[in-house]
Amino acid sequence: MPLNDRVDTPDVVIGDETQIKPFTMNFGPQHPAAHGVLRLVLEMEGEIVERADPHIGLLHRGTEKLIEYKTYTQALPYFDRLDYVCPMNQEHAFALGIEKLLDVTVPRRAQYIRVLFCELGRVLNHILNITTFALDVGAITPALWGFEEREKGMEFYERVCGARLHANYFRPGGVSQDMPAGLAEDMLEWCENYPKFLADLEGLLTDNRIFKQRTVDIGVVTADEAQDWGFTGAMLRGSGIAWDLRKSQPYEVYEELDFDIPVGNTGDCYARYLVRIEEMYQSISIMKQCLANMPDGAVRTDDYKVTPPPRAEIKNSMEAMIHHFKLYTEGFHVPKGETYTAVEAPKGEFGVYLVSDGTNKPYRCRIRAPGFAHLQALDFMSKGHQLADTVSIIGSLDIVFGEIDR
Amino acid sequence: MPDDSLVDLAEYISEKLEGYVISHEFEKDELVIHAMPDDIVKVVQFLRDDRECEFTTLIDLCGVDYPRRPVRFEVVYSLLSMRQNNRARIKVAVSEDQIMPSVTSVFSTAGWLEREAWDMYGILFAGNPDLRRILTDYGFDGHPQRRDFPLSGYVELRYDDELKRVVYEPVKLAQDYRSFDYLSPWEGLTNVQLAGDEKACIPEHGCDKPQDEDSKNASK
Repeated sequence: MPLNDRVDTPDVVIGDETQIKPFTMNFGPQHPAAHGVLRLVLEMEGEIVERADPHIGLLHRGTEKLIEYKTYTQALPYFDRLDYVCPMNQEHAFALGIEKLLDVTVPRRAQYIRVLFCELGRVLNHILNITTFALDVGAITPALWGFEEREKGMEFYERVCGARLHANYFRPGGVSQDMPAGLAEDMLEWCENYPKFLADLEGLLTDNRIFKQRTVDIGVVTADEAQDWGFTGAMLRGSGIAWDLRKSQPYEVYEELDFDIPVGNTGDCYARYLVRIEEMYQSISIMKQCLANMPDGAVRTDDYKVTPPPRAEIKNSMEAMIHHFKLYTEGFHVPKGETYTAVEAPKGEFGVYLVSDGTNKPYRCRIRAPGFAHLQALDFMSKGHQLADTVSIIGSLDIVFGEIDR
Repeated sequence: MPDDSLVDLAEYISEKLEGYVISHEFEKDELVIHAMPDDIVKVVQFLRDDRECEFTTLIDLCGVDYPRRPVRFEVVYSLLSMRQNNRARIKVAVSEDQIMPSVTSVFSTAGWLEREAWDMYGILFAGNPDLRRILTDYGFDGHPQRRDFPLSGYVELRYDDELKRVVYEPVKLAQDYRSFDYLSPWEGLTNVQLAGDEKACIPEHGCDKPQDEDSKNASK
């Protein structure tokens, strides 16, 4: 029996006259492609997204409020819990802000260690972003391969500070402890092997027909739009603006290191992917330079009003013990003043606006998270695209709700 | 010392925006411009469009609460110029019952940032197309980042097995909220009089430099 002879199936012909009823769709907050707890309310015209309204705040923990009630030392671990994919990069902004207010200089070795681990954080962040992005558009292998490499990187975190994620490693005045013996050699070996993995990853994605169909010309952002919407990081560079705080407003030892800033031409999801891939190669090169040039010496400033004295000294010197006791009860007092200090975190400009009133607690600590601005732009980026493209765009935004909801 | 070009730029801005900009200063070599609430759109627009300034990105917008000041809130705009490689901060003092004009017409990114300032501090922005709460729960009452809002909040929620839904209840703390007084009688770090320490120093005559209103409030 031919199919159209069946009486109970009405013939549906979609022509110019056909009216499609617009409808509202709820996406998330528990959805594998939502990258966390994103709730999207989508107004759809058939398969086409008319308006995307992200509802955020499901992971809001009041970090900024909590920090106002903690001493500077106690406030630092909150930064690990913002963007938990690259914790040290965020501690960095807070530590730099405090150091600016305190007028403390960090020993050279500590600066190199910081840069080394910031770049490791960048690689770890980009692995997570690219592989989950690929997962969203249908490729599962990159995630399986990538997480193995990511785990190796997290082991370096663990060896240097004792924790895979919540590092609490960058302290005002330096880092909490020196790198253990053998870590530098192992990291160098990993840096030597990592580009091979990257080449494999690129082999899976860069020229992959399906991956390109899902990302090329999707979510195009022009240079002007990127600035209007407050984009930073790979989102901005994907749109053709060569802007990177590591080059333009260098901090730590970035000025002495040799690296390039990749820039995309097209401003689409594919360009942002390419920028992130190239940034990983550059980060590996920076890590190698850090490991090669790292000087010996102290990893904390010897101003014991800010950093604790060495353990051995505490055992022998009364003054050292008092310093230690005072630091871990009262904390240090930061002179009255304010600063906006920003670093180039993997996701973009991560800034801390710190207002100090001269006591041991911050009066106000505003956290500028790059993902907040990026997610806001989802509405205009997904307008007129299909639902499946919205998933690609969310993947390329590189959002983590720890930092957006704070 | 602030960069010479930034000092020149600050003077240029003050000259061009005379009547709109109250004053400018340098905090830790960072340019801070003070403006009045009603002029903010004009100021921001000038800073974005002027060839010498080119502050084309609004990096951040946030509120700060100073309950001891006559004008309670401060709205802080952080601007970035990628072409000139400069940063600037605009500060606007605004009282509780005053309404700020929205800068969404100049910077699209201000939309959510203003929503956050409204949510956290209760600062109203006129002209924002979508001034809903953003980070707090649906139906939340109050503005949590105000200094007089308690850290523990007023309500807590739990899943009620009988009602089969989440219920809100007033906060019940199992133990008192532990607010430690870390301030020390040593080293003259503070002029707060501590119990039992009356002989050591008399705050009025002071063994320490005087503190102003803000820090006194915060140290309590």
